[in-house]
Amino acid sequence: MATKNAEAYAAVSKKYEWGFATDIEQDFAPKGLSEDTVRYISAKKNEPEWMLDWRLKAFRLWLTMEAPDWSKLNIPPIDYQDAYYYAEPKAKATIASLDELDPEIRRTYEKLGIPIEEQKLLANVEGAEPPRRVAVDAVFDSVSVATTFRAELERAGVIFRSISEAIREYPDLVRKWLGKVVPQRDNYFATLNSAVFSDGTFVYIPEGVRCPMELSTYFRINAENTGQFERTLIVADKGSYVSYLEGCTAPMRDENQLHAAVVELVALDDAEIKYSTVQNWYPGDENGVGGIYNFVTKRALCQGRNSKVSWTQVETGSAITWKYPSCVLAGDNSVGEFYSVAVTNNRQQADTGTKMIHLGKNTKSTIVSKGISAGRSDNTYRGLVRVAPTAEGVRNFTQCDSLLLGDQCGAHTVPYIEVRNPSAQIEHEATTSKISEDQLFYAMSRGLDQEAAVALIVNGFAREVLQQLPMEFAVEAQKLLGISLEGSVG
Amino acid sequence: MLVIENLHAEIDGKPILKGLSLSVNAGEVHAIMGPNGAGKSTLGYVLGGRPGYEVTDGSVTFAGQDLLELAPHERAAAGLFLGFQYPVEIPGVSNVQFLREALNAQRASREEKALSGAEFLKLAREEARKLDMDAEMLKRPVNVGFSGGEKKRNEMVQMGIVNPKFAILDETDSGLDIDALRIVGDGINRIMRAPEKAVLLITHYQRLLDYVQPDFVHVLADGRITRSGGAELAHQLEREGYAEIAA
Repeated sequence: MATKNAEAYAAVSKKYEWGFATDIEQDFAPKGLSEDTVRYISAKKNEPEWMLDWRLKAFRLWLTMEAPDWSKLNIPPIDYQDAYYYAEPKAKATIASLDELDPEIRRTYEKLGIPIEEQKLLANVEGAEPPRRVAVDAVFDSVSVATTFRAELERAGVIFRSISEAIREYPDLVRKWLGKVVPQRDNYFATLNSAVFSDGTFVYIPEGVRCPMELSTYFRINAENTGQFERTLIVADKGSYVSYLEGCTAPMRDENQLHAAVVELVALDDAEIKYSTVQNWYPGDENGVGGIYNFVTKRALCQGRNSKVSWTQVETGSAITWKYPSCVLAGDNSVGEFYSVAVTNNRQQADTGTKMIHLGKNTKSTIVSKGISAGRSDNTYRGLVRVAPTAEGVRNFTQCDSLLLGDQCGAHTVPYIEVRNPSAQIEHEATTSKISEDQLFYAMSRGLDQEAAVALIVNGFAREVLQQLPMEFAVEAQKLLGISLEGSVG
Repeated sequence: MLVIENLHAEIDGKPILKGLSLSVNAGEVHAIMGPNGAGKSTLGYVLGGRPGYEVTDGSVTFAGQDLLELAPHERAAAGLFLGFQYPVEIPGVSNVQFLREALNAQRASREEKALSGAEFLKLAREEARKLDMDAEMLKRPVNVGFSGGEKKRNEMVQMGIVNPKFAILDETDSGLDIDALRIVGDGINRIMRAPEKAVLLITHYQRLLDYVQPDFVHVLADGRITRSGGAELAHQLEREGYAEIAA
């Protein structure tokens, strides 16, 4: 009987349906990393002098720094000279005209289901009516190839541009905020990004404006041996609101590729930013060959009174994830939230969490982290809650739950709590559990196959986080969780 | 409909079923009674296909198919329903979501069209109403925070929704008060009493059999059927205890 079941439960191999490569001609920067590389990128982007100087300053700083080694990750040595730092499709469309977009790239986004044509809306899901419109900035390797709904957004006063364009068109705004939330010297990978960032998104929501649609950026790594270094900056002026989403995929390749992004968010008085990520970089194969190294610095500055930033992340991809989306709660009464689902399978490693830095009075933070480990993977939650001496009346609630599938994976919870004001109320809850045979058998005896049963139980476990996502993306994320765990129980 | 022949099964190398044979025809209700540890729940789990229950000998044929070759979800799609003695909690998954996915998975494997959200909700509300279960409970996570009786009633709602050909109900009566027992008994009769369906009721006590009249009663002791009879056997067991009769 047991053997018969084992056969019936036969594990299917993990699928990564986004793993195709697009065959187009691309221009590369000369291989390797030097001041010349930095100058090459800056020249390609037609950047003003101040931007080049800023990059060079970061590069010189980076040369003096060392990679952080405090995480639980086992990171093989990275040869920074053995990679390309810039790749752009040769037949580059002028961004204003989608018609000139390389048909291969257009097909790539169609295959990925990304709506880069304005008339095409995200696939409507049952119950989500009317379909919401989503503006997209599509970043292909080192360049933004399309930005949609620009005219309509402009009528609302919203600036939604690739960061390269924004540096040319809105230099004062960019210069005012770039590097203010994540300083150049913040950490090794952020410094590297500051030197060589190639593209990304800039968003400015003017005072009192509620952004009329969801904004999103879709990052695609295509070229081989190429790192992607994107830079995103979102500024929400007083009393404004924006919901922003990012997604990412990459082809299946045997070598590891570096993705070192920086995301900076600024919320002024009474402003709110909701930032959602579905991270689905190629995770490598079941033996840990290939996959993206995802070393990302994301931070929000809640500068204004009553401002609010909410991070939601669904992390299923990447060979290694090193990422701590954080909130600096400077304004009085400001609110920071972090909702995370991190799935690791096979040989994936994730060390992810958040930092909530309470500086202002009556600031509040909520952290809900759901880690799901399968295969031989390792999944760590690492989180800091810091309360400054001046911060009266702070509240924090943290909940970290880990779910283990199988007995060869690891789950770790590393909370740091630093409270320097006695009025703070800090709560921390943590659980670790295994997916139970009882649950699996119960679901299967009602008609679900093994994969569907695992997906259902895992989605239930992650529900509190998934329900934070905009509905269309919640549906995608649910499917993704199931796919990421295929073959993990058997 | 279901033919069990000389079934031997063990858990962790320990024999539990030791040559059990039983035949159930369409239109029949059979009750399996017996003392603790006789192998009643094991029989249910083996028929349901639970991992860890190893069949070492014998055969089980269900509607002409070798049941033991099928994975649990395939058995469900073939029309088998296992009502659990201890229904399992699935946090974060609503009853509606769970049952709709399960039912549509069964329908898909039978090449039937999936039910839409609205169609399913109508069906689920109707079943909940018939079993006197608050429709609000359909929105709650599967069995989480349900009382023992609510869990059992929820099993019957599930049975009504998937509408199986053959139900194995493992101590569905335990944890029920008198009113709930009547509602559940009525539910079993309503859903399963049909010429093309059959039921295997696993129970300790006679009381459920007051509501669901069995056509046959079997005594399971030490891994085998030691005695079979009509409904009157259950009354005799209730009066005299298993020790006398099972021996």
